[in-house]
Amino acid sequence: MDDPVILARSLTKHYGDFAAVEQLNLAVQPGEVFGLLGPNGAGKTTTILMLLGLTEPTAGSVRVLGFDPVRQPLHVKARVGYLPDQVGFYNELTARENLIYTAKLNGLSRQTAAARIAAALERVDLQAVAHKRVGTYSRGMLQRLGVADVLVKDPQIIILDEPTQGLDPQGAHEVLALILDLKRAGITILLASHLLQQVQAVCDRVGLFHRGRMVLDGTVEALAQRVLGGAYRVRLEAAGLPEALAPMLSSLPGALQVSHAGAGVYTIEARRDLRADAARAVVNGGASLLQLDVEARSLDDIYTRYFREVDHDGQRYTG
Amino acid sequence: MTANATLANKGRPAAASRAREGSPWTGLWAVIAKEMADHLTSARMRILEFLIVLTAAGTVYGAMQSLKGAGAEDRFLFLRLYTTSTDPLPAFVGFLGFLVPLIAIGLAFDSINGEFNRRTLSRLLAQPIYRDALLLGKFLGQLGTLSLVLSAIWLLIFGLGLLGLGVPPSSEEVWRSLWLLLATIFYGGIWLALALVCSVVFRQPATAALAAIAAWLFFTVFWGILGGLLARVVSPVRFGTVQELVAQAQSQLGISRLSPNTLYAEIMVGLLNPGTRSLGLILPAQLQGALLGAPLPLRQSLLLIWPQMTGLIAVTLLLFALAYALFQRQEIRA
Repeated sequence: MDDPVILARSLTKHYGDFAAVEQLNLAVQPGEVFGLLGPNGAGKTTTILMLLGLTEPTAGSVRVLGFDPVRQPLHVKARVGYLPDQVGFYNELTARENLIYTAKLNGLSRQTAAARIAAALERVDLQAVAHKRVGTYSRGMLQRLGVADVLVKDPQIIILDEPTQGLDPQGAHEVLALILDLKRAGITILLASHLLQQVQAVCDRVGLFHRGRMVLDGTVEALAQRVLGGAYRVRLEAAGLPEALAPMLSSLPGALQVSHAGAGVYTIEARRDLRADAARAVVNGGASLLQLDVEARSLDDIYTRYFREVDHDGQRYTG
Repeated sequence: MTANATLANKGRPAAASRAREGSPWTGLWAVIAKEMADHLTSARMRILEFLIVLTAAGTVYGAMQSLKGAGAEDRFLFLRLYTTSTDPLPAFVGFLGFLVPLIAIGLAFDSINGEFNRRTLSRLLAQPIYRDALLLGKFLGQLGTLSLVLSAIWLLIFGLGLLGLGVPPSSEEVWRSLWLLLATIFYGGIWLALALVCSVVFRQPATAALAAIAAWLFFTVFWGILGGLLARVVSPVRFGTVQELVAQAQSQLGISRLSPNTLYAEIMVGLLNPGTRSLGLILPAQLQGALLGAPLPLRQSLLLIWPQMTGLIAVTLLLFALAYALFQRQEIRA
């Protein structure tokens, strides 16, 4: 395996008494898409800022592409693209002028800048409106322009903070497609988000943040195995149910728990896929089966299950 | 575990090995160019420019009307363009002392918090530049804009003077007014740096603008009153002796010189009125043998205003250093 491109050891950041990030160990391999997950204020953005040298760690060490962001921030920032949460641009300038400023700050020559800007605008499909003032752009277009802005420096790593927040489903979908496109181009991507389904759709590995600590990390599948214990969740909707159905379902072999989730809707948590048994039970019980499916194990479940088990009070969250 | 990590961090060797690499000036020119381009095209600057051109034209025209009667025996006719006031208009330098701070504050009050509110700050700082380049670039860009505007007005006045008076300025007059231009730029620099500090400290541009204007009002209106009161406390007059009266006047002058407005006013007097021999108190004994009313050569006038000049520059640098220190420590997360 290659050397990790991002390597953090015992990374810690305190703001006064408040520990924003505590003893973080993180290794991201080249070419992978790593997702940082967690509720707001769990320490994702602080971690990103430390990786870029924009805030100094209280303790611990970081290496990004072999550089120390504390001492060599310019080397790191020349190779790592960062798309902040809710990115902003100069409204009175056009998209192209905004990108030219970024190119100048990166010290690119005029020709290189022009070529890269054209390529970046094409990639995010904004070339047709590149001459328009950014003030007229929609939120989704701004986010895509943000990706183009990051691409101007031809980065080896891209760090995206909440890239789909505030976008409509169409905009979010476009941004996610872009991320997959960049992954295919061989760029390592670090993605912070609390929108689990989207993260699941694009990430190879995820790390779950809770109160400044990374409490779990691995592939979605591995996390599911660990947190959910290989459990299945069967969702069942039936009409004309007799009272006795719930006990009947819970007596099925392998069923762990049956909960009533609404009118005629039950969810069964089980050790195995017992759809066939459940269907038989409903029909034999004299009711009509309307819907029956088994939920794919999603990050949502892992997340909810994990955080149901830890208490939520007593700690102060900051943005 | 945490305690161990903290200890290990503290035990780390000296600052030298932790020193950051790369030049703090990387990207400085890009920031300066962007800042100047922004200001020179902004509506805000057009309004301020219109205002100052209008006052320059008005006051200089008024001055020319009254100078035409004065005749050509005055050696410093051109300098009178700046200082002659014709009712109801005050002299041009009076307007300048009033308008320059306003322009400077107008240029700088949203330097940093504006970037923050547009959510461009973290994107900017994620580019391979240090914060130094951003702050200094903004300051120099604004100072450049201010210099450009003031130089344009300076040339405008010269042109008007040539047309209206019909006499070319002497080289002495040109040098004196060039020094005035330089002093005016640094006087503006103080208010730029002050507005920059406000833009770092306050998150809302409106608050920053108000704070800077409040400071300006304080020095323009209240500092003189306060200086008189303070001088009475510091050097009270108990018996009414000459020494006591002189001491009080000296303290009052000293206190009033803490205000950039006083420093600038004294520079203007020293430069534009070559007959000025002292900016402080003079006792009759000190004037023995002096040719009263004879103008000083430029070199001597410069010597006279040199402390004031260095004072203006020093305050500008100090305020910028304060903005720098505050900005370096600021968390940039949105």
